[in-house]
Amino acid sequence: MITLTPKEQPEVPLEIDTITPDALAGKTLDEIKNIPIWHGNGQVPLIDFFEVEGEAGATAAETKILIDGDVSQTKRIGQGMTAGEITVKGSVNNYVGAEMEGGLITVEGDAKGWAGQNMKGGELEILGDAGDYVGASYRGDWRGMSGGKITIHGNAKSEIAEYMNGGKLIVKGDVSIMPGIHMNNGVLIIEGNVIARAGGEMAGGTIVIKGIIDEFLAGFEYLGVEKDIEVEGEVIPGAFYKFKGDYAIKGASGIIYAAVAGNAHIAP
Amino acid sequence: MEHIIKNGFVYCPQNGVDGEKMDICIKDGKIVEQVSSDANVIDASGQIVMPGGIDPHTHIAGAKVNVGRMYRPEDSKRDVEAGQSGGRAGSGFSVPSTFMTGQRYAQMGYTTAMEAAMPPLLARHTHEEFHDTPIIDHAAYPLFGNNWFVMEYLKDGDIDGCAAYASWLLKATKGYTIKIVNPGGTEAWAWGGNVHGIHDPTPYFDIESFDIIRGLAEVNEMLGLPHAIHLHCNDLGHPGNFETTLASFDVPKGIKANPQTGSRDAVLYATHVQFHSYGGTSWRDVVSEAPTVADYINKNDHIVFDVGQVTLDETTTMTADGPMEFDLHSLNGLKWANCDVELETGSGLVPFIYAARAPVPALQWAVGMELFLLTKDAAKVCLTTDSPNAGPFTRYPRVISWLMSNKARKDLIDGELHKWAQRKSTIATIDREYSFLEIAQITRSTPAKVLGLSDTKGHLGVGADADVAIYNFNPETQDPSADYRTLESAMQHAAYVFKDGQIVVKDGAVTNPTLRGRSYWVDTSVDETIYNEVVANVEKTFKQFYSVNFANYPVQDEYLPHSAPIKGVMQ
Repeated sequence: MITLTPKEQPEVPLEIDTITPDALAGKTLDEIKNIPIWHGNGQVPLIDFFEVEGEAGATAAETKILIDGDVSQTKRIGQGMTAGEITVKGSVNNYVGAEMEGGLITVEGDAKGWAGQNMKGGELEILGDAGDYVGASYRGDWRGMSGGKITIHGNAKSEIAEYMNGGKLIVKGDVSIMPGIHMNNGVLIIEGNVIARAGGEMAGGTIVIKGIIDEFLAGFEYLGVEKDIEVEGEVIPGAFYKFKGDYAIKGASGIIYAAVAGNAHIAP
Repeated sequence: MEHIIKNGFVYCPQNGVDGEKMDICIKDGKIVEQVSSDANVIDASGQIVMPGGIDPHTHIAGAKVNVGRMYRPEDSKRDVEAGQSGGRAGSGFSVPSTFMTGQRYAQMGYTTAMEAAMPPLLARHTHEEFHDTPIIDHAAYPLFGNNWFVMEYLKDGDIDGCAAYASWLLKATKGYTIKIVNPGGTEAWAWGGNVHGIHDPTPYFDIESFDIIRGLAEVNEMLGLPHAIHLHCNDLGHPGNFETTLASFDVPKGIKANPQTGSRDAVLYATHVQFHSYGGTSWRDVVSEAPTVADYINKNDHIVFDVGQVTLDETTTMTADGPMEFDLHSLNGLKWANCDVELETGSGLVPFIYAARAPVPALQWAVGMELFLLTKDAAKVCLTTDSPNAGPFTRYPRVISWLMSNKARKDLIDGELHKWAQRKSTIATIDREYSFLEIAQITRSTPAKVLGLSDTKGHLGVGADADVAIYNFNPETQDPSADYRTLESAMQHAAYVFKDGQIVVKDGAVTNPTLRGRSYWVDTSVDETIYNEVVANVEKTFKQFYSVNFANYPVQDEYLPHSAPIKGVMQ
């Protein structure tokens, strides 16, 4: 295991997409200390901002990275990793697990925006809160997260699962507006409440909301009440209103399940 | 500064040089007979030497190109590069930023590129972007085919008035040629429709595409413009459109070419003909009609065309053909941008994925290849991808490798290319391979001649601009057909490129990114009385309809620090 202990978190953020299990596997400690990371518009060796200890595995799958402290000014942790493990003892900045293809990232604190952006595989777990655009696509792209699993134990903000194309995103807490906007496929489960516009312009995929939806969109067709629903092989207990839409999109076949409890105001 | 390029295999079609070993001398930015012994010696032994490449039809500057950059951040992300030799960094795969555009053309040995669609009202923006596009000479083609003044003059049969208006507009926009896009169709789009065929009148103006093409072709020769009318036919991209295409080709036939500079003899330049050579009635029964279109071109001498070769990439389509872009958006469902330019034209943009495994892109690839390979005379065809519409200009080396190597085509056809390419076209039966001389024609001498620039461009004779490309490929020891991948990479990153006698690329990397090319435009003079009448009429219309003042419309000279006017004269 390689342990990175942050020295100080600079005001201008760091970007460490070069520090993944794939990149560290097979490298000596000295080589790792000197891997360049971005600080603003310039590159510096990793050792400038992190104490580096331990030993990397022979392959990415055998390499574990522990970031032992708060890195809330560090972006792109685990970006594009295909195997292995990263654990962060504190909070992280934007793009944690972006474009990740495999392996496991655990963040014990909070994450800022774009966690798991364009994720293809692997698992990303955030024990605290997350920001906007969790599991969303890169700006402008209509091909978002396509695989893997993201779990947010706290709350998340706006436009999560934007253009989601596959995989699974679970938020245990509440979310802000427009979860699952432009969603095409995959599963989004929100255990808490939603402010508004869930599934706006979704064309496919499934959204399950166990909490209360303040405002629901008009473009959905009500299909009745279902009990103990089954979503991709997993049974979710309880009674749910089932909707299909968003008919703002031609031929849309997205499904939203909204818990009956607390949501009588959105049923017809 | 003097240079001498020694012992290269020189290909210069205009001067009949076909791979002979000879030295090229450069002094003060021009090709000269000889240089002194102080000249810098470039050893080009075992390498190919050609004039700088010329792109007669590309989309590299202006409002819609910039919309492409703005609304496709995902395209920018795909291709990012740091600055070279103190030049600017850039990004964008299908729509590169201005700096990267100039640099990438130069890296391929191209030294001239023409922006093929400039809305007159947005001319200033186009020239501003040229200012930030390094190295390459350039010009922009203002759009005439849906312009209210043009349609009114031609409807009234007032060719002299239309010519005076064209003369004024070319001056006001610092434009280069008469560009016609979907004549009447883009105006119809402002009414929510389109026109189909050349005899379908546009709303309100009640004028047919036929009259617009014919009238503007006459105007073009009255003004003695260097380039022929530059026509994007009606019905682009629709199955069965080849009949409209052939009918359009026939419209300017019989008009006599009258360029005041250069040696052009064609009166029609038809662009991206690949998109206009489809048979059938729908995307289900569509077939290639490229053999029919190539046959017409082989039998007629009033036309030169470019192909608009599909490169099988994810790219961005952008055109002044507004209704076509809506059709495309309806087809692929991807994000659509649309714009109306008051009184003049419109435009649209949609991303497009030409997947080799998909039936339609595979057929489109085959149609383009058929046009290249079935057109017998390389003096009639120019290499383009209608960049970025059928693919980005950075793929020209790949297109060259397809043209020079039957094996390259076979590998693709037998590999991932969808079977429609074979089933609905004749491509699999054609084994012609282009020679290096023919490649030099379709990328150098043919575009130079039809653009009216052949006095100084597209050749390496004494007096030409010293725009020279040297490629690290030995035609004596290497076989472009067998080793097409090496050919592609040699053409992608030239060993040396000279622009106006200065080294701008060495070993594939840009060495002189601050150099700026010249801005060509056409300065014609017409009968003063008619001119003044027309300008007074235009001024009156401005007060009534335009959102800008007449006085603020023309592009000031300050916008062209490297202005290169070409004179024409009214007959």
